[in-house]
Amino acid sequence: MTLLEAKPGATPSPREITTKPRISDQIFRGVVTSFGMSALVILTLIGTFLAFRGVQTIHTIGWGFLTNYNWDVTTSETGVVTDHLGVGAMLIGTLLVSAVAIIVGVPLSIAMALFLTFYAPQRLKAIFISIVDLMAAFPSVLFGLWGFFVLMPMATYWAKLLNHYLSWIPVFNSPEPFFERSPFIAGLVLAIMIIPIVTSVSREVFAQTPLDRIQAAYALGATKWGVIKAVVFPFGSSGVVGGAMLGLGRAFGETVAVYTVLNIVFAPNWHVLFGSGGNIASLIILKWGESTGAETTALLAAGFILFVLTLLVNLTANFIVRQTLKSGK
Amino acid sequence: MTTTVKPQKPWSPTRQEVAINASSFITSAALATAAVKFTALSGKIGFFVAFIISITTLQVISGVRKYGRKALADNFASSIIYVGASIVLVPVISILYMAITKGIAGLHWSLFTQSMFNASFLDPVSKGGLLHALVGTLYLIILSMIVSVPMGILTALYLTEIKGPGAKFIQFVVQAMSGVPSVVAGLFIFTSVILISPLKTSGATGALALAVLMIPTVTRTSQEVLLLVPQDLREAGLALGATQWKTVATIVVPAARNGLITATILGVARIAGETAPLIFTIGGADKLNLNPFKDYQSALPFYVWKGLTLGTPESLQRAWTGILILLVLVLSLFIAARTLGVRKMGK
Repeated sequence: MTLLEAKPGATPSPREITTKPRISDQIFRGVVTSFGMSALVILTLIGTFLAFRGVQTIHTIGWGFLTNYNWDVTTSETGVVTDHLGVGAMLIGTLLVSAVAIIVGVPLSIAMALFLTFYAPQRLKAIFISIVDLMAAFPSVLFGLWGFFVLMPMATYWAKLLNHYLSWIPVFNSPEPFFERSPFIAGLVLAIMIIPIVTSVSREVFAQTPLDRIQAAYALGATKWGVIKAVVFPFGSSGVVGGAMLGLGRAFGETVAVYTVLNIVFAPNWHVLFGSGGNIASLIILKWGESTGAETTALLAAGFILFVLTLLVNLTANFIVRQTLKSGK
Repeated sequence: MTTTVKPQKPWSPTRQEVAINASSFITSAALATAAVKFTALSGKIGFFVAFIISITTLQVISGVRKYGRKALADNFASSIIYVGASIVLVPVISILYMAITKGIAGLHWSLFTQSMFNASFLDPVSKGGLLHALVGTLYLIILSMIVSVPMGILTALYLTEIKGPGAKFIQFVVQAMSGVPSVVAGLFIFTSVILISPLKTSGATGALALAVLMIPTVTRTSQEVLLLVPQDLREAGLALGATQWKTVATIVVPAARNGLITATILGVARIAGETAPLIFTIGGADKLNLNPFKDYQSALPFYVWKGLTLGTPESLQRAWTGILILLVLVLSLFIAARTLGVRKMGK
């Protein structure tokens, strides 16, 4: 029993308490943190590499790069290359096509989101959600093929109708009766492509509407539409705007489908129904194959403009959506 | 003898209401057919428009008769919402229908055993195949997974487990990254890798460009899944004396395993159909190339793209067939992700 005999007055020394993590944890935290930064690193690298080309282009061409309309490269007999490069027409085209996409796509998405949140029976809801998600998974080249061969013949006819009856509205006017491959048709294809993202964001926002407010409105005798108008829209409208902006970001960056459908012309055109337009992304793939030297650099600079545009739109959109979702909690 | 009480559903539509709805549906269909026959409206679109107008009017009238003027706006709004939702379905069905009917015409067995080495896109469809593109897509998927899955999942772990000081900011950056246009990803890899590093245009550079697009998808889905793992499990692990590393490796990640696989599959589905970044990075060979680090390769979307831009009937047929195979690939990934399901794991 000698072992258990404590020496009088001796207390066991207290175990050292430390908040310092073990080595295994330190390694774990280090590795995970450094990988956690990878997204930031990649985004910064994209920015710097393309910005470098952008600065080069602005240096050689000047700020006219943003406002000039033509994009010609000519090699004279002596081998001197002269180029007039500008993305002005493409910027206008990008805005025009995206505007059509937003005007057509967003109301449809809101209708779909309202249907899914408030109208659809449970079983139908699951099917519809799968269908909308499925749309997001379609390859963009498929949208291009479909847009060109299926939508175009129909949409050309709609464009003719619009032009025939509404040509007194300036945007529906057309300098020449050429309605194929117009920004209107490209915008319709883009509208279909942005529906999934706008719908899913709107749905998320609508679902966050405080239930007590909805029930209070019903208790006061509101109809379903009354509830949507008085409770859901005031709560969710800014979130829907954010969703629409995310869609706008997609529309800005869409390449293959727009390139397939649109007739790319290096001239400013504000008539949606007239078959002439362009966007920055499709300019890049149009000119890529044959480009050399300064032209390649200019295309990379165009890529930088696109990157900055979409980044700004997306950051604002995410900020708005997050604010709305937070206010519901 | 026991009697079971039949549950009542006072909110469900009565027989009379069902009858009114059905009859207004039939009447509108008849009216629309008549309108197409006898007025200036014509074709499917004309039928659709006439049908929508007449069914909306009938619904509004029957609603107003029953509930008074308050129902006017309500009925009108609900018809518009139903119409909007069904318009969204039209292109989906049309796209699927076209891809299947047009694609099937060009299917034949040697498609999967031959490349385009001895054939041109302009040859009859029975010559040549897309083996090279299929192999290329497989390489692209595997290589971009190798890069982006660890990065994506570790970033998600940083956001959910470590919650470091920069977590909110990183979250913001990941969201911004998911909006990077695919062309920009291609251009980025072109300037940062192909122009300056020894790795030249090949399958690997294509995979890098796709990885840039895949990382945010994997990160965001993994993060959602990791957040579903109950906090109790983590605390239980720590209370038993495990270090954080042990807790994450033996409790959190295994608990979220299915979800993490789903995240990977969704990431692959996101990139499998991307065309634009490949135009700058993969080269687009017509023959089979088994080395992804040297020489040009092809991929299914690139094959479709090539067929589409050449624009002859034969090449377009190849494009439709290619897109059908690509669609089958993407859809099966999509269904796999669905069946593994994020939701199942959470509850």
